[in-house]
Amino acid sequence: MKRFSIGKLTLPVYSFLAMAFMLIPIVYTIVFSFNNSKQRTNTQWQGFTLDKWLGVCNKPDVCSALGNSIFIGLVSTLIATILGTALAIGLVRYRFRARALVNLALFLPMATPEVVLGAGLAGLFFNAGVGAGMVTVVIAHVVFCLSFVVVTVKARVQTLDPVLEEAGRDLYANPTQVFWKITFPLLLPGIISAALLSFSLSFDDFIITYFNSGSVETFPKYIYVAAARGVPAEANVIASAVFIAAILIVLITQINGAVKRKRMLKK
Amino acid sequence: MAIDFKPSGADLELIDVRKDFPGFTALEDMDLHIPAGEFFALLGPSGCGKTTTLRIVAGLEEPTAGKVLIGGKDITNTKPHERPVNTVFQSYALFPHMTILENVAFGLRQRKIEDPLKKAMDALNLVELGYAAERRPQQLSGGQQQRVALARALVNRPALLLLDEPLGALDLKLRRQMQIELKAIQMEVGLTFLHVTHDQEEAMDMADTVAVMNKGHIEQMGAPEALYERPKTAFVSKFLGQSNLFVGSIVDSNKESLSIEVGGHKITVPKDRAEKQTGKIAIGVRPEKTTFHRSNPKLSSDHVVVGPGEIIDIRFTGVSNQYLIAIPNVGDVTVFAQNVGISPVIELGEQVWVSWKVEHSFGLSDLPAGNEDE
Amino acid sequence: MAFAAFGSAPTTEHKGPTKTSKIVLALLMPGLVYLGLFFFTPLISLVITSLEVPDASGAIGAYQYGFAWENYVTVVTTYMPQILRSFMYAGIATIIALLVSYPLAYFIGVKLRSRPLVQRLMLVLVIAPFFISFLLRTIAWKQIFSDGGAIMQTVYSLGLMPTSQHFLGTDAAVIFGLTYNFIPFMTLPLFTTLERFDVRLLEAGSDLYASPAKVFRKITLPISMPGIISGTLLVFIPIAGDYVNAGQNFLGSSKTSMIGTIVDTEFLQTQNYPIASSLSVLLMAVIVALVSLYVRSSGTEDLL
Repeated sequence: MKRFSIGKLTLPVYSFLAMAFMLIPIVYTIVFSFNNSKQRTNTQWQGFTLDKWLGVCNKPDVCSALGNSIFIGLVSTLIATILGTALAIGLVRYRFRARALVNLALFLPMATPEVVLGAGLAGLFFNAGVGAGMVTVVIAHVVFCLSFVVVTVKARVQTLDPVLEEAGRDLYANPTQVFWKITFPLLLPGIISAALLSFSLSFDDFIITYFNSGSVETFPKYIYVAAARGVPAEANVIASAVFIAAILIVLITQINGAVKRKRMLKK
Repeated sequence: MAIDFKPSGADLELIDVRKDFPGFTALEDMDLHIPAGEFFALLGPSGCGKTTTLRIVAGLEEPTAGKVLIGGKDITNTKPHERPVNTVFQSYALFPHMTILENVAFGLRQRKIEDPLKKAMDALNLVELGYAAERRPQQLSGGQQQRVALARALVNRPALLLLDEPLGALDLKLRRQMQIELKAIQMEVGLTFLHVTHDQEEAMDMADTVAVMNKGHIEQMGAPEALYERPKTAFVSKFLGQSNLFVGSIVDSNKESLSIEVGGHKITVPKDRAEKQTGKIAIGVRPEKTTFHRSNPKLSSDHVVVGPGEIIDIRFTGVSNQYLIAIPNVGDVTVFAQNVGISPVIELGEQVWVSWKVEHSFGLSDLPAGNEDE
Repeated sequence: MAFAAFGSAPTTEHKGPTKTSKIVLALLMPGLVYLGLFFFTPLISLVITSLEVPDASGAIGAYQYGFAWENYVTVVTTYMPQILRSFMYAGIATIIALLVSYPLAYFIGVKLRSRPLVQRLMLVLVIAPFFISFLLRTIAWKQIFSDGGAIMQTVYSLGLMPTSQHFLGTDAAVIFGLTYNFIPFMTLPLFTTLERFDVRLLEAGSDLYASPAKVFRKITLPISMPGIISGTLLVFIPIAGDYVNAGQNFLGSSKTSMIGTIVDTEFLQTQNYPIASSLSVLLMAVIVALVSLYVRSSGTEDLL
């Protein structure tokens, strides 16, 4: 008979408890999206309702804030992903003297607290006479997304064998065709995860946005301001919906990946 | 752009090709001519410049100086995708995001050839992998991937097919089998093959002509038999098979032969088999051409005899036994004896003499390393 | 031996220097110019602003250059409590996050290797908090720990705390929220290093050293160092600059204000740009100094 050992169970039990702890506020937020709260605040449980889900845009400012956040997230992700992918390819594929310096320049934004970058950019725009708005928010978001895109795509470029591109050149593909038919499709998984990361960073950003958005309302800014007087359940609805959509996307890709890998091992 | 595809291969010429990399020279004034339809092997240790040569021909590397001609046409300044040349890469370099069939069809599609999928399928059938057309490269074994890489190159009917150690990643048994298949395919399609390898057996087995490379230049070039029977440099004599080399000054010379003196023994080589006929030279003999004797054989002058020496090592390799004999003032001599009787025929520590026929000696143009500045 | 690199081994890209530099420039320039304009220029602008003095008109928000290094003296003397508190919060939260995350990352990265599907699901759960607004998560904790909530009611009824005291608004509450919010940033890099960790080393280790504690200290820990370094940096730096958790509408109170709180107030409300800037520059300088010391002492400069 196998000896029963508490020691062997400690780690799994601890891990599941830790995971459960991490999920508490998420569950709380989702549960309170179904709260039938009559007042503006959403602190006391007052019974189950689907009203907030069905009529989420009855609070138009929540919905327009969400729209702004999505727009800002998409535009800054697009810019950051293009710039970052080019940087990642350049850094991995070519040796040049200033390489260490470029790496440092890309690391620094990640080592800069949001409040410093937020205040710095706001000061710059103020001094330059540029009014805070949609453009300044997007500019600011690209700055902090860029480094994360580079890190993510770089990891993918490192796994890409340059011989594959040589094979493409050997098989009559000119440099542009090699990029679009070989390099790009092979980097795509890395580029997609970089874009997803970039979007979620932008979507959830508060501090830098707060300093640079002027009168433009974003979803986090809406919640921050509402926190003073009580966050309406509609905000919970939107956050829950975004959460569920994101989790589904991630789950599908992860399971897909695991299944593919399994099939490959079997062949 | 119009690519000129020869139906049955074209000849390749390298004229004074040189390649410098920062800090060293990979190729020095390389001259090479490979006639159309030939199976040509570049053989050498890693770092000898053979892969650089191949990459220059493919256009993946630009020569520092010199010209590359295919079918008489100067292609030195063309890009890889403009050359009628295809490569089978060492790591196969199959595109992991495409099916096998799409991999093979890739070159045809780039050149907008009609019916790419049908032609690709025919090429896959040629390498007996038609059934795997819809699979991904990762789902195939090493040997299957190698055949796909070959089909992907062959389907383009290139004037010249480059093979960069294409069998290096396979295990020994599969490698021998693929060698036979590769040779059969080459005979069938009649293309010019340029094969780079460090495996001397592979080169000798498959190629019509072998060029042995060392330190950025060709040491010797010729038919495999000729290279083996008449190595001209110390490097070739050691890289292609094994050799016993003896270094000494010429003490005797007549119309037919030269002799040097080594440790009190006279070692003779026919004049027509000696590259260098004055001063200090190196004379070699292949171990399988030598015999040992328990007593001094007292043979006539058409034989070389050295000894006595002591047997210091015996190795059983199956078809033959290898004996290492230490001869005072001469050095260690290796003898291969066919395993025809009950082995071993002799014990460690026994005293023996070694002999071979003078006609089997060969004289080198240089001296083995360590003897140059004596 | 450079020569050996060009034999049968897979060769690397080697092109003429002129062609390479053109491609490199085309790839790197757009991103670097962007960073120059919108990352480095703002930092320089911050330094300049931090040395400004109110201009002659005396209007609110109007300043002129004055090389007023006294601004830094003012900032340090006035806001010492906030400065110390920020780094204390960041230090404590980072250590707790590391202690909480390490076993979790080890479990997912090493123990769950044999079950890739469970491993991937757990990983999704680790990053799940990223997908829901961190402000709402923090507000959820605020409500969970509110005086009328189940947790505090239990605490009060058990007599663990007098009813005159509250959990919300304390240092502990803020550190709790900060730790919670940044745990995934610690777990992910730890997971990435532990995932590649060769378990056979442990067997070899127990073969040579015997005690599991020693194996952990001599093998597992040094090998997971890169993950620990990047995890602690990814947690410490943003926490030092955060001020949302410490905000009065979140888990903090007027007694938990941090550097960020002051920068926010001085910049956005009082429009005292020089003070806000010198505080930001100070924060940045301390962080850069700490990070480079830390990275150098741990011998992982190539991480950067």
